[in-house]
Amino acid sequence: MKRIGKRLRSNLVIYGLVVVTYVVLQMVMGSGHISSSLQGQLVPICVYVVMAVSLNLTIGVLGELSLGHAGFMSVGAFTGVVACIALEGIISLGAVRMAVSMLIGAACAALAGVLIGIPVLRLSGDYLAIVTLAFGEIIKNIINCLYVGIDHRGLRISFLTSAAALELAEGGRVIIDGPMGISGIKKLSTFTMGFALILITLFIVLNLIYSRSGRAIMALRDNRIAAESVGIPATKYKMMAFVTSAALAGAAGTLYALNYSTVTAAKFNFNTSILILVFVVLGGLGNILGSIIAATVLTILPEMLRQFNDYRMLVYAVVLILVMLATNNDDFKGLLYQIRGKILARNGTKGKEGAVNE
Amino acid sequence: MSSYKRPEIKLVPVPSTNIIPERDIDKLPVLEARNLGIDFGGLIAVDDFNMAIGRTEIAGLIGPNGAGKTTVFNLLTKVYQPTRGTILLDGYDTHNMTTVQVNKAGIARTFQNIRLFSNLSVEDNVKLGMHNQITYGMWSGIFRLPTYWKKEKQAHERAMELLSIFDLQDLANKQAGSLPYGAQRKLEIVRALATNPSLLLLDEPAAGMNPSETSELMDNIVKVRDLFQIAIMLIEHDMNLVMGICEGICVLNFGKVIAKGTPSQIQNNPKVIEAYLGKRKEG
Repeated sequence: MKRIGKRLRSNLVIYGLVVVTYVVLQMVMGSGHISSSLQGQLVPICVYVVMAVSLNLTIGVLGELSLGHAGFMSVGAFTGVVACIALEGIISLGAVRMAVSMLIGAACAALAGVLIGIPVLRLSGDYLAIVTLAFGEIIKNIINCLYVGIDHRGLRISFLTSAAALELAEGGRVIIDGPMGISGIKKLSTFTMGFALILITLFIVLNLIYSRSGRAIMALRDNRIAAESVGIPATKYKMMAFVTSAALAGAAGTLYALNYSTVTAAKFNFNTSILILVFVVLGGLGNILGSIIAATVLTILPEMLRQFNDYRMLVYAVVLILVMLATNNDDFKGLLYQIRGKILARNGTKGKEGAVNE
Repeated sequence: MSSYKRPEIKLVPVPSTNIIPERDIDKLPVLEARNLGIDFGGLIAVDDFNMAIGRTEIAGLIGPNGAGKTTVFNLLTKVYQPTRGTILLDGYDTHNMTTVQVNKAGIARTFQNIRLFSNLSVEDNVKLGMHNQITYGMWSGIFRLPTYWKKEKQAHERAMELLSIFDLQDLANKQAGSLPYGAQRKLEIVRALATNPSLLLLDEPAAGMNPSETSELMDNIVKVRDLFQIAIMLIEHDMNLVMGICEGICVLNFGKVIAKGTPSQIQNNPKVIEAYLGKRKEG
């Protein structure tokens, strides 16, 4: 019971932090004391938080390195926007249309997750990483060759040709124009939508981890042979984690795409996958709160460093290396635990835990 | 009319070398291995392995290092698929079953080199053993439906009950990997018991234990058998333990069974003495 209490407390800390940050930012925005560059960053921050938390499910909880997470984001982005445009005449309310689009984006990304998962989850370690990397690139190239349009007859899809091959009727509209991607998107994403998506993601991921299925997933990470010896089917639970992760990435992709007027497949490349991987590694494998903080800070940081202009990415890299060194350094960790121990001792609670962890 | 002329032959009973305790004779043996064998490439690791285990027997599998004892365990739990022979579990052929299916059918095991879920808590390790006993779906878990609370409570109570048999209940919230060695071995047994097996395979349960821990373990093994009325088969090098609690013993050398019998029969068997100590020099 004590442990459940501890878990509940750490989960409440995560939810609480997210809610408080949202409320504070809303208040600051209301009073107009927020820079326009930061305001523009709010939705991307939400997107990257969801991406990092969902990737942490694959890497930290399931223990498999996936390098194609941007691929699922891409699937979610394009299917979500197509759905959003197609539903324009049917659902007039923006927020509802967007929610439905996100669901469709998530469902399509989940489907992609199942299709990729069947061959990929037979592999493990480096091989799995390489195949997911290839998946990300393949998705990018497929969308580069994809033409989708809409007219009164419905959606029209063409592959490897040109927009003219869609033979749209009068009043029709090209949605995906091959390498040009989608342009003229009506911006629907709001900070509140992003906040809601973060909460939903946290709800799904945290509740999944602390349930029978989540235990099975973590057991596979810790020791696959032992897990099978107590009757846990490996493929089923690997698939569960992988597909859940993909679906959440898909929803985040839709949110991302609907925040800009143009979106191209090139945006969801290998670099984006690595960027999200950096959030996860920096935040700590399996550490959900860490992922949230890392994603937030590392999304804001490049913008804050804009004054350094040419040296911006250099400083970013140096900061990244320093943080990695500091968080993985035993001496530094020991120092943090000592400080924590002292604070706890001063508050009258026993600071034993810090001493043990040293 | 066929021109075939049947030669006169004699029918004889099939010799079976399998033995089980007399008290279990009216029940089907929990496990029966027939002519079991496996080759790794050209190497014959186990050959012609025959063994039966009674419903409530504590059986021992001993032999010098590299005799193929753990390989037999891996065959029984289908970590390896046997090259030859059959394994009957409750009278059913386990041909083509996977490790997971074999566990569901009633075989649980521990490992020579401890394989706990070391980042999870002691209680979670036991709950994982109950994965197929106390079940609910992924969505009940995510949405915290009433089933979740009910089943989790059940699992918690059952886990504490099992842990208390081995005096581990106070460590329930500790991380499994942080436990002392002896406690980790005990936890592995509890986790295996949680799968509700009819046969428990213990691979060197006393390895690395001191004499007092070993004698506690012996009591616990007998206690588990009496409490759950299951069969236990163990691999062990500690002869005090083997001779103290095992009822039927099977000796393996170079992948072949060289002797079977009660502890006293095994102790006096010249083949066994030869396998362990070598041959007396003639003259």
